[in-house]
Amino acid sequence: MEDQELESGIVKKFIYVNRKAPHGTIYAHEALEVVLIAAAFEQDVSLAFIDDGVYQLKKGQNTDGIATKNFTKTFGALEMYDVEKLYVEKESLEERGLSEDDLSVDVEVLASSDLKKLFNESEVFFNF
Amino acid sequence: MKFGVLINEGPYQHQASDTAYKFIEAAIEEGHEIFRVFFYHDGVNNGTRLATPPQDDRHIPNRWTELAEKHDLDLVLCVAAAQRRGMVDEDEMKRNSKDANNIAGKFRISGLGQLIEAGIQADRMITFGD
Repeated sequence: MEDQELESGIVKKFIYVNRKAPHGTIYAHEALEVVLIAAAFEQDVSLAFIDDGVYQLKKGQNTDGIATKNFTKTFGALEMYDVEKLYVEKESLEERGLSEDDLSVDVEVLASSDLKKLFNESEVFFNF
Repeated sequence: MKFGVLINEGPYQHQASDTAYKFIEAAIEEGHEIFRVFFYHDGVNNGTRLATPPQDDRHIPNRWTELAEKHDLDLVLCVAAAQRRGMVDEDEMKRNSKDANNIAGKFRISGLGQLIEAGIQADRMITFGD
């Protein structure tokens, strides 16, 4: 789409905070669509996964039984879009009995207090 | 200050659209500028001109149109979200061979790039929704 290229010369720190489970509602799926489009704008992009949002990165998801698109495979392609800063909240993983080994992509696990710093340093905050 | 506004929930079902409306009214009143209002997820349903709420209730889509006319607001529905949910303007009707369109006055349909542009250009990006 022609309106998706923008040479503003401005680079801001964008953070996309994913808080919801991957299935059950469309928030996570449509959030990832925003991130993919945003990649064309050459901004400084970070993704954070907190609360049930950590389930979005869980390995081996299969949506055949609920007849929805398994968009979670796309997380593996984010690197090709130069989206490489993925942060997962340590406490959210632990509360759900998950560890970094359960995740499908390389992430940096951060304690809640460090994530808070990252949020504070961000300039554009999108919350899904 | 220049604000970008993102609305993620549909009308009536959720208060997000009402709160955003009030926020924008108040911001303009205080002399701030609204760069763009972007409707995403079920938020695109705020742009239907076919809603008929009971007469003693607020008419959410019409209210947006009126506010946009008064203050020259840019009301944008995300095209991908709109296509999924059957929100159609004249162009989309032709492009997708539909037999009708349903978009309310002063709304337009465009890409997600418009949301990112708002993030870049606005001083603050505010999200209304869950």
